[in-house]
Amino acid sequence: MALFALRRFLLAIPLLVGITFVSFLVIHLAPGEPTEVQTGDLSVHSTAQARQALRELYGLDKPFHVQYWKWLTRVAQLDFGRSFQPDGRPVLAKIGERLPITLLLNVVEMFLILACAVPIGVLSATRQYSLFDKVTTVFVFVGFATPDFWLALLLMILFGVQLGWLPISGLRSLNWEYLAFWPQQWDFLSHLVLPVAVATFGGLAGFSRYMRQSMLEVVRQDYIQTARAKGLPEQVVIGKHALRNALLPVVTILGLSLPGLIGGSVIVESIFAIPGMGQLMVQAVFSRDYPLIMGNLVIVAGLTLAANLLADLAYGVVDPRIRMAARRRRR
Amino acid sequence: MRRAGSGAWRLLLLGSLALAGCGGGVEGRADEPAVGTGAPTYGDTFIQSSISDIAGLIPNITSDSASHDVGGLVYDGLIRTDRNLNWVGQLAESWTFSRDCMTLTFKLRQNARWHDGHPFTADDVLFTYRTMIHPKTPTAYKDDFLVVKDTEVLDPYTFRVTYARPHARALQSWAMNVLPRHLLEPYVAEGKLKESPQNSRPVGTGPYRFQEWKSGEKIVLVANPDYYGGRPYLGRVVYRIIPSQGTIFLELKARGVDLASLTALQYLRQTEYPAFRKAYRKYRYPSSGYTYLGFNLKDPRFADRRVRQAFAHAINKQELIDGVVLGMARDATGPLRPGTWAYTDRVPRHEHDPEKAKALLAQAGWKDRDGDGLVEDKEGRPFTFTIRTNQGNEERKKVAEIIQQRLKEIGVGAEIQILEWSSFLKEFIKKKRFEAIVMGWGVGTDPDQYVVWHSSQMGPDQLNHISYSNPEVDALLEAGRSSCVQQDRLRYYHRLQEVMAEDLPVIFLYFRDALPVVASRVRGVEPAPAGIFHNFTEWFVPRELQRYTSG
Repeated sequence: MALFALRRFLLAIPLLVGITFVSFLVIHLAPGEPTEVQTGDLSVHSTAQARQALRELYGLDKPFHVQYWKWLTRVAQLDFGRSFQPDGRPVLAKIGERLPITLLLNVVEMFLILACAVPIGVLSATRQYSLFDKVTTVFVFVGFATPDFWLALLLMILFGVQLGWLPISGLRSLNWEYLAFWPQQWDFLSHLVLPVAVATFGGLAGFSRYMRQSMLEVVRQDYIQTARAKGLPEQVVIGKHALRNALLPVVTILGLSLPGLIGGSVIVESIFAIPGMGQLMVQAVFSRDYPLIMGNLVIVAGLTLAANLLADLAYGVVDPRIRMAARRRRR
Repeated sequence: MRRAGSGAWRLLLLGSLALAGCGGGVEGRADEPAVGTGAPTYGDTFIQSSISDIAGLIPNITSDSASHDVGGLVYDGLIRTDRNLNWVGQLAESWTFSRDCMTLTFKLRQNARWHDGHPFTADDVLFTYRTMIHPKTPTAYKDDFLVVKDTEVLDPYTFRVTYARPHARALQSWAMNVLPRHLLEPYVAEGKLKESPQNSRPVGTGPYRFQEWKSGEKIVLVANPDYYGGRPYLGRVVYRIIPSQGTIFLELKARGVDLASLTALQYLRQTEYPAFRKAYRKYRYPSSGYTYLGFNLKDPRFADRRVRQAFAHAINKQELIDGVVLGMARDATGPLRPGTWAYTDRVPRHEHDPEKAKALLAQAGWKDRDGDGLVEDKEGRPFTFTIRTNQGNEERKKVAEIIQQRLKEIGVGAEIQILEWSSFLKEFIKKKRFEAIVMGWGVGTDPDQYVVWHSSQMGPDQLNHISYSNPEVDALLEAGRSSCVQQDRLRYYHRLQEVMAEDLPVIFLYFRDALPVVASRVRGVEPAPAGIFHNFTEWFVPRELQRYTSG
């Protein structure tokens, strides 16, 4: 097992390097240069010399492979460099201050999606073609099809402007520093309600449909028949025997969506004025901030590979067949 | 928003970022005059909205308007513009030009202090100059300082600059923010200005002190009680970063922000209900940017002046202004900003007249020879071309569409192509791979636009990307920038505007109006040619109307 893990880990390294190479290439191929954004696009008072000086300062005058090699050796020592933007702050610091809020939002959203989607899926599977099934199907697909910026604006108008119950945007009220501890928490939570609601509504469809599908397959199995035959109450049959087995494919999909937790949604973040990863990345791309884009990509790529690795290992633990195959190969 | 003083020395091409605020023009008016009640009182928090985060806190090395707005309150220049867009002293008490316009001597204020208590002296000015010309300072504003021949600190409060030859922008270049020598000297020497603490926790001499910058969320400034110009009344200024225009408008409706720029549609149709009119005052004055239809003058079809004039006659500017910005703009007669001293509207105009347009095209050899509705040249090639503009600017797209329609009437076929800003700039503008463009220029208070129109400025990194070359314009631009006597310059620039209105290097379309709203509890707002921000430090909220603590 340990050897299997090591092999997989070693295989991931060249893959990661390959990903960074392709990313680096693609970003540098995109038209436009960071120096243009810095000198004010076409600001009158930036001369050709000033641009050239900037290019040299950032090493953009060097050939592509030299730039990539320099970047790679620095990253190997975990130095992601400094942002090209005029604040010149380290890339890791910029990502570090944006990551917590994006993680928080995505984890809460994922939790709520599961909390709603699993019961919806189970109930609509056990009552297939019932009114409940039809209504929830329509509901989740409406959620899937609604543009989130539109829904966000409607909710903001209703709860923020008309009723005045919830704040419209941002993370904290302006008088946050002057509040006591619990009011501070409440203030923060009330700012999260709308963005989380919008994101959850949009994400319900996927998981609830997987859940329904998987449940439909399981309830047709012989062992469910057996469970019913031996006179178990329906709740136990569904809740214990069927649900556990039906959850397996959903957990797999959940594992695959882990890397997505650190990528923010640009639309939700922009509309609700939440300083998260999505906005950071988009801004970095528009201003051609190479170190920041690459730093972000390395982290996402690393996490994706790690999640895949974990999933593989987990399969090995869960599924004896994979374990056995590895052992047989060793012999 | 941008304070007039901080933006005046810049001339920027308007990109995908909308440039708000900073206006000028004698016709500026408020729907309801903001009348102060009683004596001004200190306190309250003023909440502004900003569509994008600031790039940094040393505006000398940034080029986004948000950084300059914030920097304008934290830092001072030697001079600034007043309500009528005239130069007045800020850190300088007075200045004198030598008779030959080559030497400029500033008398500095003796009572100005940095926010950390350090006194401000001429050494700081000299240091700022050296920072600007340092090869490792990543600034876009070097040029004005590279032409300086010599600088002298005569005594701690007298600073003298000598130029090799007269330089029209000599005075206004000193509106540049002055940086603290005692905090920055080692960083500049090492070329690490960007990484200095000053860039995240600035110390300036301005009316507001920096308190906090939460990236992507907000910037907080507090009033500087020791400000030499008098303590500002508004106790705290918060810039909330809200990246969506729609959200800003909703926050405005919920009274969550105190200042925002409206679109024409919002100004006219969506804010006319009583509750809004009670909570906010609306202002309107011409902004500093104009929109134009430009041509690649290397293209022989557009190099013919008659073709450009025909296009000008084909376009109905009033229709354009009404259709695109609901009438909230002013006809641009040339490249200079209405309300500035060098501006004149006594120039030749090209009124909407399709028949005249067709006649001019015919003179230039373009006639509909095969009856298909399009004009052709002698070889029978039809007159078709592509108008390009940048993505993310609805206004320019609409301008292009209306022009396309009008050109069709005179038998000219135009396609429209919308491109991402950065690619548009690099692949099309700089490589001169375009036939026509819809773009905008932001203009400062000084009429010198040598870098935009002079025939020597056609290089790939330069701004005369339309390749305009006219010997008379060249001569006028040269004469205008080599004098510091306003009366002489006035003559050159009036003539320049006449020549350009006739020759039409581009078709000047309109100066859009700035349409800001300010919370009505704020008093002391005085609309003027320079906009409304010229007396920001005198704005106040009467005690009984104050909503927030001032921190």
